[in-house]
Amino acid sequence: MSATTDHLAASALSSQARVETPFRRFVSDFFESKVATGACVMLSVIIFIALFAPLISPQNPYDLAVVDVMNARLEPGEQSWSGDLTFVLGSDGAGRDMLSAIFYGLRISLSVGVMSGIIAMIIGMVVGLMAAYFGGRTDTVIMRIVDLQLSFPAILIALVLIAILGKGVDKVIIALVTVQWAYYARTVRGSALVERRKEYIEAATCLALSHRRIVFRHLLPNCLPPMIVVGTLQTAHAISLEATLSFLGLGLPQTEPSLGLLIANGFEYMLSGKYWISFFPGIALLVTIVTINLVGDQLRDVLNPRLER
Amino acid sequence: MSVFIIRRLLQALVVIFLMSLIVFAGINIVGDPVDLLISPEADQAEIEATIRRLGLDRPWHEQYGYFLLNAFKGDLGNSFIFAEPALKLILQRMPATLELAFAAMLIAVVFGIPLGMYAGLKPDSTTSKTIMAGSILGFSLPTFWVGLMLIMVFAVMLGWLPSTGRGDTTELLGIQVSFLTWDGIQHLILPAFNLALFKMSLVIRLARAGTKEVALQDYIKFARAKGLSSRRVVLVHVAKNIMIPVVTVLGLELGGVIAFAVVTETVFAWPGMGKLLIDSIQLLDRPVVVAYLLITVFMFILINLVVDILYSILDPRVRLKDVKA
Repeated sequence: MSATTDHLAASALSSQARVETPFRRFVSDFFESKVATGACVMLSVIIFIALFAPLISPQNPYDLAVVDVMNARLEPGEQSWSGDLTFVLGSDGAGRDMLSAIFYGLRISLSVGVMSGIIAMIIGMVVGLMAAYFGGRTDTVIMRIVDLQLSFPAILIALVLIAILGKGVDKVIIALVTVQWAYYARTVRGSALVERRKEYIEAATCLALSHRRIVFRHLLPNCLPPMIVVGTLQTAHAISLEATLSFLGLGLPQTEPSLGLLIANGFEYMLSGKYWISFFPGIALLVTIVTINLVGDQLRDVLNPRLER
Repeated sequence: MSVFIIRRLLQALVVIFLMSLIVFAGINIVGDPVDLLISPEADQAEIEATIRRLGLDRPWHEQYGYFLLNAFKGDLGNSFIFAEPALKLILQRMPATLELAFAAMLIAVVFGIPLGMYAGLKPDSTTSKTIMAGSILGFSLPTFWVGLMLIMVFAVMLGWLPSTGRGDTTELLGIQVSFLTWDGIQHLILPAFNLALFKMSLVIRLARAGTKEVALQDYIKFARAKGLSSRRVVLVHVAKNIMIPVVTVLGLELGGVIAFAVVTETVFAWPGMGKLLIDSIQLLDRPVVVAYLLITVFMFILINLVVDILYSILDPRVRLKDVKA
């Protein structure tokens, strides 16, 4: 509420009010929605956990000196046999604390998702800008490839790539990048086509600036807002896809267990009623994906110039 | 109309040709075809015989010719594990996957359309908000985890439904199907619902958006003004007019459902071609992977072609635009 009154006050008394920069307006628009504010807070918590997992975890789940098989498959809330550690979310088949395993898993899932998202964004952005700026045959060829790729489901492309390339962290990232770049390329091309016809590009062309300078210094910054939205939503998608691949046994290796792998490891215990080994990593994955999606949705609403607010 | 269909057919042929080139390049550049297509356990004589049969000793353009020829003849190599033609293995498992995919589509439509229409007619009610929140969840929930939870609740805790396999099958037109026996249906419910969840969310959103738009149209106002019961207005006038986008999107999504069946089949040990793919990737049974790839590509192009043609029948504007362009 106070944000909107600020808003009105700012426009009414423009001479006295503090300068309203686009960024400030963006921030106040973003936090108008309670759901989005909550999601933003939650996302910060998740990122914090992922960044500082080694510091805040009750134990290092991959330190063989700490993990004890005697503590295997304890229910949530039980104590370890030596009594120095409470397993808040239970323990898995090897006696690891699930809470710590989830913290570490979150770190791996998030970093793979974000890294593949950034690489895909850079590739998609360059290719999409080229298509829009040069037009003609370049555009046709690039967009045909994009259309062709988008007509196949992401999971299928990823599976085939893993089948050809083999397993491993780098292979998973390659697969995720290949799946995602087309979305970025299509989005950036769409907005670049509109921007390209505007006067400032014409002015830059008249100044005989190089293509590279026009594209990256003038065109690109004006195409960024939709890219941020696609970037958030695609990162959620990438995290989900990586979890699926890991669950199928085709993603990350056992030495780098993401949330998907933790869920897969708990599968065998589930049939005997030990739900917590799969259940809690799943909840962590779900909360991560939902919060990123909610933040992305709000970003889309705020950054969309067609929805005058 | 026929001009449109011929153009689309030609485009599909070009895509099939391109995809075969990409698959061929993938096999030859990324991997070594001798490694990919011949079992590591084969002896020297066997290796040489297979190399000659598949034409792997020729220059690459001739090899591509052989590859196409063999693909047309249906010879995509033999599985290392089953020692049977890869194509046969996949075709044997295809009915199970298709049965699962169609069951999932049916569930998505039967539940999705009424829920979406309700949410569109009463957008501010609590029930509608719950439905929409549910659909956001449906988009975000990873399929495989939902599958696990379904097994945990309905198979392990409540013991109502079986968790794995296909159950009793009966023969229908020479194909083994599950949905005609009670045991088969019980086995089908969980995996089909699991696979349907994502599409159901999509259908709910489409139906809601369509209903909101249609409900404001003049012909709906007129139908109400004419004194038709609101049941008739909703079930006949609104329902009919939201169908076009729902049907098209569902057609396009059929391919996605078949691809995502890979995950559901693995969770529920459903003996379809998706599970075969995962097993083959893990056992490095490459001929099966290559054959799966070619078959799915072919299937996708076919589905897209059929949807394009159906769409042009439902909505003449598409066809006119394409012929003019």
